[in-house]
Amino acid sequence: MDNVLLTLVTFFPILGVILLLFVPNKQHDTIKGVSLIIAFITLLISILIYAAFDPLASGMQFEVNEPWVTSLGINYHLGIDGISLLLIALTTVLTILCVLASWRSIKHGVKGFYISLLMLTTGMIGVFCSLDLFLFYVFWEVMLIPMYFIIGVWGGPRRMYAAIKFVLFTMFGSLLMLVALLYIYFQYQAFSGEFTFDLMKIIAAPPLSFQEQLWLFGAFGLAFAIKVPLFPFHTWLPDAHVQAPTVGSVLLAGVLLKMGTYGFLRICIPVFPDATVAYLPYICILALIAIIYGALVSMVQRDIKSLVAFSSVSHMGFVMLGMFTLNLQGVEGSVLQMLNHGISTGALFLIVGMIYERRHTRMIEDFGGLAKVMPVFATFFMIFTLSSIGLPLTNGFVGEFLILLGAYKLNPVYAIVAASGVILAACYMLWMYQRVVFGKVTNPENQKLTDLTGRERLVLIPLVLLVFWIGVYPMPFLDRIEPAVKQTLTYVEAAQVVQNSNEFQPVETVALEPLTADDETEKQMDDHR
Amino acid sequence: MAEYLFLVPLFPLIGFLINGLLIGRLPKPLITLIGCGSVGLSLLLSCSLFFELKALAPEARQITQTLFTWISVGQSPDQFHVSIGYLLDPLSAVMILVVTGVGFLIHIYSIGYMAHDNGYGRYFAYMNLFTFAMLTLVLADNFLFLFVGWEGVGLCSYLLIGFWYEKKSASDAGKKAFIVNRIGDFGFLVGIFIIFWSVKSLDFMTVAARAPEVFVFGGSLVTAACLMLFLGATGKSAQLPLYIWLPDAMEGPTPVSALIHAATMVTAGVYLLARTNALFIMAPDALMVVAIIGALTALFAATIGLAQNDIKRVLAYSTVSQLGYMFLACGVAAFTAGIFHLMIHAFFKALLFLGAGSVIHAMSNEQDMRNMGGLKKYLPITFSTMFVATLTITGIPLFAGFFSKDEILWKAFSSGTNGAWYFWLIGFVTAGLTAFYMFRLVYLTFYGKERMDSKTKSHIHESPRTMTVPLMALAVLSAIGGFIGMPHIFGVTNYFEEWLSPVMSGPAHDMAEHALASGGHSATMEWLLMAASVVLVLVSIWMAYYFYRKNTQASTSLAEKFLGIKTTLENKYYVDEFYGAVVIRPVIYFSLFLWKFVDVILIDGTLNGLAKLWRDVSDALRYSQSGQLRSYATIFTVGVVLLIAWIVFGINHG
Repeated sequence: MDNVLLTLVTFFPILGVILLLFVPNKQHDTIKGVSLIIAFITLLISILIYAAFDPLASGMQFEVNEPWVTSLGINYHLGIDGISLLLIALTTVLTILCVLASWRSIKHGVKGFYISLLMLTTGMIGVFCSLDLFLFYVFWEVMLIPMYFIIGVWGGPRRMYAAIKFVLFTMFGSLLMLVALLYIYFQYQAFSGEFTFDLMKIIAAPPLSFQEQLWLFGAFGLAFAIKVPLFPFHTWLPDAHVQAPTVGSVLLAGVLLKMGTYGFLRICIPVFPDATVAYLPYICILALIAIIYGALVSMVQRDIKSLVAFSSVSHMGFVMLGMFTLNLQGVEGSVLQMLNHGISTGALFLIVGMIYERRHTRMIEDFGGLAKVMPVFATFFMIFTLSSIGLPLTNGFVGEFLILLGAYKLNPVYAIVAASGVILAACYMLWMYQRVVFGKVTNPENQKLTDLTGRERLVLIPLVLLVFWIGVYPMPFLDRIEPAVKQTLTYVEAAQVVQNSNEFQPVETVALEPLTADDETEKQMDDHR
Repeated sequence: MAEYLFLVPLFPLIGFLINGLLIGRLPKPLITLIGCGSVGLSLLLSCSLFFELKALAPEARQITQTLFTWISVGQSPDQFHVSIGYLLDPLSAVMILVVTGVGFLIHIYSIGYMAHDNGYGRYFAYMNLFTFAMLTLVLADNFLFLFVGWEGVGLCSYLLIGFWYEKKSASDAGKKAFIVNRIGDFGFLVGIFIIFWSVKSLDFMTVAARAPEVFVFGGSLVTAACLMLFLGATGKSAQLPLYIWLPDAMEGPTPVSALIHAATMVTAGVYLLARTNALFIMAPDALMVVAIIGALTALFAATIGLAQNDIKRVLAYSTVSQLGYMFLACGVAAFTAGIFHLMIHAFFKALLFLGAGSVIHAMSNEQDMRNMGGLKKYLPITFSTMFVATLTITGIPLFAGFFSKDEILWKAFSSGTNGAWYFWLIGFVTAGLTAFYMFRLVYLTFYGKERMDSKTKSHIHESPRTMTVPLMALAVLSAIGGFIGMPHIFGVTNYFEEWLSPVMSGPAHDMAEHALASGGHSATMEWLLMAASVVLVLVSIWMAYYFYRKNTQASTSLAEKFLGIKTTLENKYYVDEFYGAVVIRPVIYFSLFLWKFVDVILIDGTLNGLAKLWRDVSDALRYSQSGQLRSYATIFTVGVVLLIAWIVFGINHG
């Protein structure tokens, strides 16, 4: 049973796609019903996986490893650790909420829309399960197509520009990734005589030369950085978000961006440990720029959706910073923050979608005084705003705090710069909230707005519960993340020792006495003194 | 009882959840019962816990309760581990009594004050949430859990300042409060990072115990940590340069000003310093900064208070000034004196605000003192209770404020840590200013000509019982509360100092005593300084009497003579304008530049330009695919010629 679960959760949505093909175009309710049931069962399977997952074990669980294309050494290798577990759960939760959220807003091409949505789900889950790089690459590309359609067909007025831009950016990165992938493939063959794309085998092999690592990390890293997106590769994001329909934005921000950070964590760090350490300062600095830059640009946006989009740049900067602290606190915070960003930003996009459906505008200046006419909406909006700015006891705080704590250990200046992003977050979010929700209703069109419907509340309530669950009692999540993060960090520890030794101490002592975290802190303390 | 410690903050949380989730569905009496009852239960429990604590031997007075692990990452020795845990010791016991005691009275008062407001349920929900957060803040047993309360009270402050959200000034003020506090919180967080990576724990007791081993006395690391924590305190407790949000916070309902912006939340910074005294005592330089900021804030805010006409704004600046006193006390390592003044200030300032609320209520929401006058006969209870509060804040001997303020002034002069005549002098001058602006307030409001219009006048009435009873209770506390902390020269026991002494000692303190010689000062000196401040206060009161009661023309002519100073003070030294010009607008313009230029033109423009270039190149290349045989033949010929030439000359050269 255990070893079919991953296959089941990945491909169950495809079953839905097949079913939908037989439903006539006009039967909207049947189409929605089928999609809802499929999404619900997928969610149940992921819950089952969560329940069966052993939080104490390190290494991969639920592994499946079957030959697929034997002549090329491609295997159907799936498996998850705590990091992928949580991202899969996030994906299935957001998917079902997206089905519910698009119930009324998609009016034309309903069938095509839900087919795209379900295909996208398979692509996303597949990326998080794959342990074979070829498989990973296939899923990575597969989910481009439905997203292209979701933006390009059901999007806003400039949807084609945004959709093509999204695809071109991603393709540019993934082509580089493909080249790098093939290089590794042939190198591994040269080393072992075996053709394989198996990530676990590649990680276990002796590391590539430093020079090779630098180039290959660059290729993979660029593909992932575009996806994250890391400054300055982010300009596709605001366009894509603003033009995409609500559901597109939710999944884009909630899950697709995580693929970038997930890629760094799953591939770049373990496979290129020396390059990771070498690039570390540059990536941290780009992350810091992203945090501040994203926040400042958010502040002056006039469209709520593009404000939230730029805030994603800032938040994902936190995730990147945390990951490249390469210490437990920072990386665990980073993984948790991936989840948090999916919840909070996903929720904010849903919220924006809900007023857009009512008013057909997203301009901040068109609103004002919504607290009076839509008190329930205002309350939900407030909760997600607070979660987004990382108020303690909401999910955002735990992640951001751990990231900053880890960053401080790496370099106090990083932590201080990043923490100032927390101040800016309060500025842009609260200012926007004030202009939309507080004040008097000045626009007569806002006077007759109706408050959230039962369906809309149903969409938001699970996210509210997650906000407070992770905020108040994050241990179930951290417990599952920790073994996976520890495992990932073992890959770079050796590289770090070499790097540190070059800077701080003669090489001879390294082999005998690896530099422990304690020594590092003491060094920092000495610096302070 | 100790196992019920967690219920102290939990009762108000439950109150919040009920009133908050069932908003608009509960009848008013039930809202009242839940809102006030929950805080009342906390008060009762706090009292019984206090007596339980008191029954223990002084050094054993520490009750801890850990509910569950909140965040835990990694393993020892680098483990980051934080629990949801509570610590009841003499310091937090004082704080929960103040918070639940004063809080309960203000909740009762609110029944009358908010009776006709549409947001009655929402108001009590927020107030309960605040009480929960504040109790969490003072009961937390570690830095991070304290920070939960710290940001929680900030959130409630934001919600309650902007309670009347349809008013732009109110939502502006709420937002300002939140953002300015965030600047402070940024410092607090950095302080937490330094402490954690040095001590590897955020538990208060562990940090206090291990501080002397980990930190060097007066070292830069502990100084940096303390300064960062103090940055947090300046935000929350409205000290220079982050005090600007507090006067604007008066946009909220008056009981909110009394509870949050006078009695409890704004004193959180002082509490933080007292809680972490083991760290601060090891960083005399940081304490010096605290003392300087405290003293300057006390003086600065008092001068602004002289020229304000809005009754609540006078009190707001007075609060900033009084908080400055408390920080001055902490800065000279007299944490006990700081906490003592915190407590007494909670009584009299809550009373002053509630009294002002009663006046505003009677005056149909008029807040400008220039339109008041002669209210004494209409509002006898409000007047007499507020008069008691005024006597105590100005420091008339034997009223509570006299003892607490005098203690601070004496410590500022005599303490071995940073004590100096100039700190005393600043505190002394501030005391004079305080007496002047407070009696100005009393004379303008309650005495003299009735300056309101006839419509307002016809509505003036004394407030209902729910409002006057809390006033009377607070008046009693403000009058006699000081007797538990009388100075030694009176020849009596200072019970308050004795009570807090277990918290204000430990290895760090021993180390500090070792490093610093305490200044020897005589009792005569103490008497002398005390007498001087009493004289100054009396002179100041007489001046207020002269200008605002006896000869009101004189105040007008004085103001005309010093018009520049008057306008500067009325405009609060133009600090808001300064921040607007130097910080806010440049940031907005810079952000616009980033968006419009860097993002759209530079980055996206380059990429779109590349895309366009690609298309242009393709367009150009397209012409080569013309489909005409002649051009293909030409290109083919040229190619062949070039190839032959390359082979021939290439080989020759090779």
